[in-house]
Amino acid sequence: MDSVLLIYKGIYILAIFGISLLIATYSTYFERKIAAFIQDRVGPNRAGPMGLLQPLADAGKLFFKEEFIPAKANKGLFILGPGIAMLVAAMSSAVIPFGDTLIIGETSFDLIAIDVNIGILYIFGVVSLGVYGLMIGGWASNNKFSLLGAIRAASQNISYELAMGLSLIAVLMLSGSLSLKVIAEQQTGFNWNIWYQPLGFLIFLICAFAETNRTPFDLPESEAELIGGYHTEYSSMKLGMYLFAEYINIFVVSAVMSTLYFGAYNFPFMENLRNAFDDPVLGNNVVTIIGVAVMFAKIFAFIFFFMWVRWTLPRFRYDQLMKLGWNILIPLAILNILLTGGGILLYEHFTK
Amino acid sequence: MTLSERMYLPAIAQGLGITLKHFFKKKATINYPEETRQRSDVWRGLHVLKRDENGAERCTACGLCAVACPAEAITMTAGERKKGEEHLYREEKYAVTYEINMLRCIFCGLCEEACPKAAIFLQDDKLAPARYERDEFIYGKDRLVEPLKTTETK
Repeated sequence: MDSVLLIYKGIYILAIFGISLLIATYSTYFERKIAAFIQDRVGPNRAGPMGLLQPLADAGKLFFKEEFIPAKANKGLFILGPGIAMLVAAMSSAVIPFGDTLIIGETSFDLIAIDVNIGILYIFGVVSLGVYGLMIGGWASNNKFSLLGAIRAASQNISYELAMGLSLIAVLMLSGSLSLKVIAEQQTGFNWNIWYQPLGFLIFLICAFAETNRTPFDLPESEAELIGGYHTEYSSMKLGMYLFAEYINIFVVSAVMSTLYFGAYNFPFMENLRNAFDDPVLGNNVVTIIGVAVMFAKIFAFIFFFMWVRWTLPRFRYDQLMKLGWNILIPLAILNILLTGGGILLYEHFTK
Repeated sequence: MTLSERMYLPAIAQGLGITLKHFFKKKATINYPEETRQRSDVWRGLHVLKRDENGAERCTACGLCAVACPAEAITMTAGERKKGEEHLYREEKYAVTYEINMLRCIFCGLCEEACPKAAIFLQDDKLAPARYERDEFIYGKDRLVEPLKTTETK
């Protein structure tokens, strides 16, 4: 019994790891396609049908490029930087519930890699480790542009993590739990958190853009003034790792937003569908499988939104970025906590 | 600025709407080797040396095209037609070699106007494509003379 679960967990973790790598790979393709479509072009269409083999060609190119390490660079840290960035990006998808439970025979399988009761804290902890990857890489390059990019990345991530955490507290006040699985289970049907937390979601969304270093907050790698930011000196697959980690982070943050605000794997009329089957096990499994598809649809919608925004908005100026983070988003997040608390008090006053 | 203007969100939504409209718009790209842009009927493209109705070369190597050429792209050497070659060359004098340097040619069409034998034309459906070596741009008779029509395609 235990060994069955252990093997299942192993396979599931491998599958999630593979899926996040696959999605990150093809995010590069869709980024280029969406960029092209928005600019009235057609995008990559030469490698394979519709250019679908383009990510493979890109990866092959990166692998065969020269591994260059600057002479004055701190070699150990220089190699460690992209490693950390990649590691923490791949670690954070472990606690996201991609689906409900599948029942096969007597056993029920949870579609979540590790169900820890502090899931959201784990994600925040791991994601904030990611800034070390950028910081170490930028510092070890011994290049002023890399260092400037790394400093920008670190200060930006720390500033926006505050507002992100504060906007999250309002969700936790509603759910009463830090476990992502519990938060997902509470949003059955169409009872999503976005209806109760529109302001909180907006703050979280803006912070998510800043956390993943995406436009309009892509100052750490603003190529116009910083060449490449923290990865200026990087080449070959080490550069590839940094870019890859960024796309995995987008995937993870999209999954977190879907789970926290958009009901994770829940979809409208799921209970009606579940009850439509005579066999409760079959009904549960069908609903679960549709739920997984719904979860991934939500994640892809968010990834598309990230790319759509990138090709719409220009970059912030650095003082504007800091002003938005500290003077506007953090007070708004605190206001949101107060409003949520007042709402909960009123609700309990009138219903009990 | 009013509050909604200072929030920037309506403006951002408007911008997103514009980019989404372009996302679904027809693309301006023409996938060149597979599709080509519509060309004019009087388009002056790659040269061709025509044959007459019996399949003999019309060019008589008079050199008027070379004289007319403002870019001095055309060179030729003339030769005398031997007995038994009447089916190959229409006149008693013909071009043994005939070369156009496509890097010099400006595709003005003056050679076409100068030719008294209606031998040289600029086609409207062919171009001199890009190549890797400069000497590949010197087109000789092998690439300029119109291929012989077979009986089926006549």
